[in-house]
Amino acid sequence: MPFGNTHNQAKLKYSSEQEYPDLSKHNNYMAKILTPAMYERLRTKETPSGFTLDDVIQTGVDNPGHPFIMTVGCVAGDEETYEVFKELLDPVIEDRHGGYKPTDKHKTDLNPDNLKGGDDLDPKYVLSSRVRTGRSIRGFCLPPHCSRGERRAVEKLSVEALAALSGDLKGKYYALKNMTEAEQQQLIDDHFLFDKPVSPLLLASGMARDWPDARGIWHNDNKTFLVWVNEEDHLRVISMQKGGKMKEVFTRFCTGLTKIETLFRDRGHAFMWNEHLGYVLTCPSNLGTGLRAGVHVKLPNMSKHAKFEEILTKLRLQKRGTGGVDTAAVGGVFDISNADRLGFSEVDLVQMVVDGVKLLVEMEKRLEKGQPIDNLIPAQK
Amino acid sequence: MASSFTRILSSKRNVGILSLVGGSVAAGFLLHREHVTAGEPLRRRYPASAEYPDLRKHNNCMASNLTPAIYAKLCDKATPNGYTIDQAIQTGVDNPGHPFIKTVGLVAGDEESYEVFADLLDPVIKERHNGYDPRVMKHPTDLNATKIQSGVFDERYVLSSRVRTGRSIRGLSLPPACTRAERREVERVVVDALSGLKGDLAGKYYSLTLMTEQEQQQLIDDHFLFDKPVSPLLTCAGMARDWPDARGIWHNNEKTFLIWINEEDHTRVISMEKGGNMKRVFERFCRGLKEVERLIQERGWEFMWNERLGYILTCPSNLGTGLRAGVHVKLPRLGKDPRFSKILDNLRLQKRGTGGVDTAAVGGVFDISNLDRLGQSEVQLVQTVIDGVNYLIECEKRLEKGQDIKVPAPLKQFK
Repeated sequence: MPFGNTHNQAKLKYSSEQEYPDLSKHNNYMAKILTPAMYERLRTKETPSGFTLDDVIQTGVDNPGHPFIMTVGCVAGDEETYEVFKELLDPVIEDRHGGYKPTDKHKTDLNPDNLKGGDDLDPKYVLSSRVRTGRSIRGFCLPPHCSRGERRAVEKLSVEALAALSGDLKGKYYALKNMTEAEQQQLIDDHFLFDKPVSPLLLASGMARDWPDARGIWHNDNKTFLVWVNEEDHLRVISMQKGGKMKEVFTRFCTGLTKIETLFRDRGHAFMWNEHLGYVLTCPSNLGTGLRAGVHVKLPNMSKHAKFEEILTKLRLQKRGTGGVDTAAVGGVFDISNADRLGFSEVDLVQMVVDGVKLLVEMEKRLEKGQPIDNLIPAQK
Repeated sequence: MASSFTRILSSKRNVGILSLVGGSVAAGFLLHREHVTAGEPLRRRYPASAEYPDLRKHNNCMASNLTPAIYAKLCDKATPNGYTIDQAIQTGVDNPGHPFIKTVGLVAGDEESYEVFADLLDPVIKERHNGYDPRVMKHPTDLNATKIQSGVFDERYVLSSRVRTGRSIRGLSLPPACTRAERREVERVVVDALSGLKGDLAGKYYSLTLMTEQEQQQLIDDHFLFDKPVSPLLTCAGMARDWPDARGIWHNNEKTFLIWINEEDHTRVISMEKGGNMKRVFERFCRGLKEVERLIQERGWEFMWNERLGYILTCPSNLGTGLRAGVHVKLPRLGKDPRFSKILDNLRLQKRGTGGVDTAAVGGVFDISNLDRLGQSEVQLVQTVIDGVNYLIECEKRLEKGQDIKVPAPLKQFK
């Protein structure tokens, strides 16, 4: 919902020049790509549900960005946003996703049998393994734009579908606004509970409206498969467990996702997906697979090596602190995950993580013994 | 509906103001909640009952007054600018409130919000303004400072005096809803007018986007600089969009008359000085406001005002006069007396800490100001503050001498 943005028609009485945002101090992909001429061409448009250009870019206008980190600066309000505003979003996507062209096709591969290895990462180093992605339900507006009625409908559909899961995927839903104190504490202890977003990047796009209405957490009884409902996306799906058996985590991930997709389809709903962009999510950075496969891994020596960053880049991996994005690594333990989302399949990305982490652990072991690692440094993937 | 606008609209302003919305949305093409093109998928529409917010844990004026029936009646309406009830109440939905402090929980996106959503706003106004009924009562405006009696306080007790209000430019949307171009237009109109001020009111504008580091530091030292709102009450209403574009501070060379542009309202106007000469502060306040009004009228603009609500501002709590007249006053003994709160209540005053709303009093120094905004004129409210503060100082003096004090009889609310 474009809160604060008056209807497009009423706004058009001012010239494009008068409305054009001041982006002189900005450093995000939106600010890099948007020009006054482009703004003029796109501002008369809107998606069928009424999402406008100003809605797309508000978060980027309000958050100039960081001189070192390049944020995306735009969001989608519905599936059609990526069509109607492709003149802006295609170049943003191309820039953000390493040269992915408007004509490129994205491959989806959720067959865990195609993953080689991944069941033997050394648990003395790899403390935990996790794979996450997101899914959007076709026909409903996305979190920046949805009404309360739509958000509640997404919740209802999701809870009904998840209730049909069985076996090791059988679980329970905890609505944020109904949970008891005891349930809340347990979810916090399990590191499952998500809180109202505080990042201005998210708040400025309108995703936190009406919190905590229609938000909740579903997880299986084994606590290895978890779904967030209506946080930054309609659904965030997470498979995780302690130790280094990434293959197991990924297998459960694929099985669960496929089952959920079938359950939605049985109820007449598809996920947002197309050949070019893969799975469609709120933030352009999460298109394609929307997948982040990662481990918490002990690399105290590796992290002090001068070529650590370079090696990660070559492996197409990124590091984060163990508190998540923008946190510091504690005790030499890093969160290492794939850097890419779009243009590679799910199997491709998890393979990169599995192979890359295996190599990093080997390097760590060498450094422990005071041995050099130069002959292990890989070529750019 | 046209009767609400009792001031004459200049032709320039008529361009932007279309017919007000009656029962269903007349200006159909401006309705942004449903965009239908033949053959394209329609946005899913849900009945009002599916959209009605969950207000069970809420304690604000909006939540107390928004029934499902009122919501159903209003949810498909929009002002001529396209502002909707969902937008108006978003801040109240997102901020359930505090068990002890009752916030308003809704804002206006434009002048017409107060008409189109009157079914909700009128009862909210009545509740917030202690019974003022906008359906039947009229609000008095009086900026004649010569009517003030006494008004020079004992400076052994009163450290500083200040009067503030807000003004909105008719024809331009308010901060929750305005576009960037509208906000820049507000800035242009006001800064242009202020450049016409002379004498002790002559001053300079400092735009937030353009000010130098040195100017910024000076403004901080003078306690003039306002920052991007952090309160979720404000950010959830959309007022901080595009910060700091078209925001700025104007003040006179003497630093006694200050205007904030495009913060929570189009303008906030402040007259202040050290010491206890509230009469002079108010005199300058009235003179400055009238001069600014004259200057914008010369250019074909006017302030948002009507007979039933007085001056129109973003938050319903600031309707009427939008006026807060206050002092920083030393009341160390009275401040500890158990009767202090009751005395303030009866005098229709409120206390705050010297850091502003929700801060603690330091060193027995309190910020004392009027409780009311709507239903009494500026002159009446400032007189109330003057009489009340004089009474408080008398109490403090009596306590100093070991004498007893009395709780005064409660003042009548609407004069």
